[in-house]
Amino acid sequence: MSYAKRSPWLLHYDASSCNGCDIEVLACLTPVYDVERFGIINTGDPKQADILLITGAVNDQNKEVVKQLYEQMPEPKVVVAVGICACSGGIFRDCYNILGGVDTVIPVDVYVPGCAARPESIIDGVVKGLGVLEEKQRKMEAER
Amino acid sequence: MGKRTIVPFGPQHPALPEPVHLDLELEDETVVRAVPSIGYVHRGLEKLTESYDYESMTYVMERVCGICSFGHGWGYTGAVEGLMGVNIPDRAEYLRIVFHELSRVHSHLLWLGLLADGLGFDSLFMHCWRIREKVLDVFEAVTGGRVILSYCKVGGVKKDLTPEMVQRIVSMCDDIEEDMRRTGYVFMKDSSVRNRLCGTGVLSKEDAVELCCVGPVARGSGVDNDVRSASKWYREVGFEPVLYDEGDCWSRCMVRVDEVVQSLNLVRTALRNLPDGDIAVPVKGPAPVGDFAFRVEQPRGEAFYYVQGNGTKNLGRARVRTPTNINIPAMVRTLQGCNLQDVSMLVITIDPCISCTER
Amino acid sequence: MTEEQIFEDLSPADVYRTAEALRADGYRMVQICGVTREGSTEVLYSFDRDHRLVNYRVDVPFGTSVRSITPVYWAAFVYENEVHDLFGVEFEDSKLDYKGNFFRMSAKTPWKGPEKEVS
Repeated sequence: MSYAKRSPWLLHYDASSCNGCDIEVLACLTPVYDVERFGIINTGDPKQADILLITGAVNDQNKEVVKQLYEQMPEPKVVVAVGICACSGGIFRDCYNILGGVDTVIPVDVYVPGCAARPESIIDGVVKGLGVLEEKQRKMEAER
Repeated sequence: MGKRTIVPFGPQHPALPEPVHLDLELEDETVVRAVPSIGYVHRGLEKLTESYDYESMTYVMERVCGICSFGHGWGYTGAVEGLMGVNIPDRAEYLRIVFHELSRVHSHLLWLGLLADGLGFDSLFMHCWRIREKVLDVFEAVTGGRVILSYCKVGGVKKDLTPEMVQRIVSMCDDIEEDMRRTGYVFMKDSSVRNRLCGTGVLSKEDAVELCCVGPVARGSGVDNDVRSASKWYREVGFEPVLYDEGDCWSRCMVRVDEVVQSLNLVRTALRNLPDGDIAVPVKGPAPVGDFAFRVEQPRGEAFYYVQGNGTKNLGRARVRTPTNINIPAMVRTLQGCNLQDVSMLVITIDPCISCTER
Repeated sequence: MTEEQIFEDLSPADVYRTAEALRADGYRMVQICGVTREGSTEVLYSFDRDHRLVNYRVDVPFGTSVRSITPVYWAAFVYENEVHDLFGVEFEDSKLDYKGNFFRMSAKTPWKGPEKEVS
């Protein structure tokens, strides 16, 4: 089928980002970039979310929060790391309170580079995440 | 006396994209105590002075916060220039004002949008962010970045404005002013906005002074400690602080609405009187032993920068005290005694930028 | 804003009294921060009145403490707890002491300098 099977809902969490990427994630939702036209909705509830967008690197304090959010999301789920800090720790990787990228805590499916990640690349990342989501869905159905 | 309950607020909360965490102690619906705890975003970036020299440290400092990034670059480079005894060209001073005020326009519009979102006024949110994109387009055209500009460097700024670009910025300012006439009117007059904000979360002038508030929080309570008033360059472009006396959520909101328009005027005046000449002076050699403190009025209030040189290319200490740091006590104080449903409005109007606070 | 630079040295015992005097003079507390040193921590207090910034450098040797200025400037709790958590400086009689839980970090007092070498 060529049409998308569902409208994915996004959950955004700011791990230890400088706000740059967060604001760009929000900018994606507002008029100029407007991901809602793809049926994507930003939600604050992990239990209704399909895609977890994480900005910023992980530290000891928010490690548990990130894990908890990830575990609360229903299967299938996709994690998109937005910005270089979420990918690898970025400019802050040497800081004493930074563990590293998001993948040190939870599995990441799509990495979006940039400092700050541009709205176009965030949308690209989310669209790529949709493909992964469908793939996971198919796998789940085959196993059933 | 009702039953006491503790309600956690954040770090992942629909009302605020920032990872702030508050423990709210409630008696029925009334907040009796609010205890903030931070550390979700602490990176310890000031310590990177050990591995970055004073020039490349600018890039780290710009990433203290992605909203007021330009101001952090300015504050840090200003402090280093002071330490090194460098005087930057007049044109660079003016260009810094232009970009700083444009940053304020985009930051305030961003904030007004978040406030509208918190109010459940989605169309207003979208309009604020639509207007804001115009500023970002100019940023992108001049510096190549939308968020992190890397426009300041130690000794001046990196790129000059062409006459065409000056013209483009001026017409963008006119454009935004026209937009603000309508959007600002909604914040000023719309009954659903006013009902929610007027009289909510009052911070008296005495409290604002006692709690050492800065920025729109202080100015919304009639306290003028805008550091721009003390700047020779800002006086040249005709700066006057915006003050409101009510001290409630609405006056904190109106300070920002008015400042958007004021900043547009400052930008236009600065561009009209833009001095000729160089945009940077070369700065070389190690930083001398000594201290220097520098302040910048960020969109959220006064930011304090302190650098200490130790005779090498790496600074001994680079400190930034951001406006939220000093406004947290005000947030804690106003939350006491407020209604649970007003918590999100209060937190938003005080506007904690957690990334700034924790660095 | 480039401004007059006023830095004065102060002994830890005088901090509280100075803060009281500044408060009575109508000064606003701007910030408190720590600077890493060998064998001690330098704590920098900044105050402002009418856009005039005054900074006080206080050298606090390891193992000693400073009287908290939170009874004078309540807002100082943010900085005192920060300096305590990052540098390990103790503040006495704080009005709001997080007891080391303000910044929750993996490293304990990451900014604390080395002990002074005995020569």
